Amino acid sequence: MISASGLRSVRAGLFRRVGALALVTAAVAPVHAEPISVVATFSILGDMVKQVGGSKVSVTTLVGADGDTHVYQPTPADAKAVAQARVLVVNGLEFEGWMERLLEAADFKGQLVTATDGVDALEFSEGEEHHDEHDKEHKEHEEHKDDDHHDKEKAAHKDEHKDEHKDEHKDEHKDEHKDEHKDEHKDGDHHGHEHGEHDPHAWQDLANARIYVQNIERGLAKVDPANAGEYRQRLTNYLTEIDKLDAEIKTSMAALPANKRTVVTSHDAFQYFGRAYGLTFLSPQGISTESEASAEDVANLIRQIRKERISAVFVENLSDSRLIERIAEETGARVGGTLYPGALSPSDGPAPTYLDMLRTNARVIRESLQ
Amino acid sequence: MYDALVGPFVEFGFMRRALLGCLAIAVGATPVGVFLMLRRMSLTGDAMAHAILPGAAVGFMVSGLSLGAMTIGGLVAGMLVAVLTGVVSRTTVLGEDASLAAFYLISLALGVMLISMHGSNVDLMHVLFGTVLALGNDALVLLCSIATATLLLLAAFMRPLVLECADPTFLRSVSRLSAPTHFAFLILVVINLVGGFQALGTLMAVGIMILPGAAARFWSNRIGGLLVVALVLALGASVTGLLISYHHGLPSGPAIILVAGSAYVLSLLFGPVGSLTARWMNSRQTFFRRAVP
Repeated sequence: MISASGLRSVRAGLFRRVGALALVTAAVAPVHAEPISVVATFSILGDMVKQVGGSKVSVTTLVGADGDTHVYQPTPADAKAVAQARVLVVNGLEFEGWMERLLEAADFKGQLVTATDGVDALEFSEGEEHHDEHDKEHKEHEEHKDDDHHDKEKAAHKDEHKDEHKDEHKDEHKDEHKDEHKDEHKDGDHHGHEHGEHDPHAWQDLANARIYVQNIERGLAKVDPANAGEYRQRLTNYLTEIDKLDAEIKTSMAALPANKRTVVTSHDAFQYFGRAYGLTFLSPQGISTESEASAEDVANLIRQIRKERISAVFVENLSDSRLIERIAEETGARVGGTLYPGALSPSDGPAPTYLDMLRTNARVIRESLQ
Repeated sequence: MYDALVGPFVEFGFMRRALLGCLAIAVGATPVGVFLMLRRMSLTGDAMAHAILPGAAVGFMVSGLSLGAMTIGGLVAGMLVAVLTGVVSRTTVLGEDASLAAFYLISLALGVMLISMHGSNVDLMHVLFGTVLALGNDALVLLCSIATATLLLLAAFMRPLVLECADPTFLRSVSRLSAPTHFAFLILVVINLVGGFQALGTLMAVGIMILPGAAARFWSNRIGGLLVVALVLALGASVTGLLISYHHGLPSGPAIILVAGSAYVLSLLFGPVGSLTARWMNSRQTFFRRAVP
């Protein structure tokens, strides 16, 4: 008979040996110049990793194009991919609710990159009463970003965050989200929200995308220092593209008149986009695609659309479009087009890469609001 | 008062549609639920809902979010399970409950397998679970047709169906209608569930079918009474649930079912027939009768 503690020590020994083996392979791998295996949780992160890593990485994306990450069910193949990955890139802010279990199941030992580390996260807005506040915030944010927008130093971003959080988050945000979970619990206790405290759809703001790709680059360089120079170079190029698109969208959105700045979508995934470009986004469904709309929410939304004479509503590539179509019919608004909130389209669609996705969203919104 | 009760329906088309949809479901599904209850088959409704889901999922995979394809898929899967269950239970030693459980589980697993192989992670459940606030014209036509068909079929099969509830062996001995009645009834269960989940979602559709029937049991001993009480409860729950959802910002499907559930609990406690209160009063009467001869 083997006692439980005996078994445990045998297991621990085994792990140590496997761990040592992993270390050896880690040290040897760059010599072989095999692409390092990276797992990204969903298509947008996958694209970013490809942009930064180029041919030096092989990316596995768990939730593929047109997939809904909110409600994803990981498969054993995912667990296998995670277990074998050298780098795992997650969004964080509790976007991948299933990740914790998967990490445990897969016994992941590599480098974990939380893309939203250092992002100035938005709190959940609860219905319309907050939208006005957000609107005010948007403008402040815009000013800030215009100042240091073309500055590629990370420091600029950090300063920006500190400035913006004078009000509510003084304590939590200063330490740059080093430990999100702690943060969220603190917040959760405070406000009593059910989900994570922050809106996870941070990639909808190109300024956040800068932070995303910088986090990714740092993670890749740490695991694969031999190619750090190349990652650095690709990052710089990519950041230039991001900035270019950001400026483009800003210019095009700035042309919109003040009374044409409200957008109705099916789920609440565009608050960051709204903050960055001075638009207000409304939706009948909550922040997650899982929640169900109430009659009150739908009624309020219809009233608001009528009152503000909003001319177009938008469907999304993931959500059930029936409710939005009903609202459109009832208010006489047009269905303006399909937006991509949280997943890229397949490669033959209008949003095969992250930058294409934002470009498409901006174009669709701009064309319908005019 | 007007503002609270009628205003929402006057102001908003989606509320009128939701109301009409709920009324259609109530008219069709509750009588079926009453018979399910009488035949001790209430759980069959739940099992059938699971059996239907994969069929609808396959319909969705084939032609996207099309009401027609999903309805046909659901009907085919449901009917297949219903017929196979009936055939197995009538020709082999295995009872109806066990064979139904076996077939619906196979159907469910098959559906999940197909969806996974298809590789789409779009939240199918969410697509399949309609919301009563988003009923389009075609969905309303479907719901009303199902309600009409159900009432006609029930009218035609009423007598054998009641007999089958009361004494299936007797029906089998005097008539050849036993098997057709049984299948017609299962078909009714399936089409009402398929219609219901367009509007309420699968689980909610089972709720509006079963709860009013179960609650009605505490109000009447007669089949007519049961049907009327169940229908009134279902209609009341639909309207109340929608209004609660409207005034208090709660999701509509669960609100409607919870109102029906409350009606069930209240009936269970205070209904005039066989409820806790009724039994207690009864036992007190017998006690007094014994005490004062």
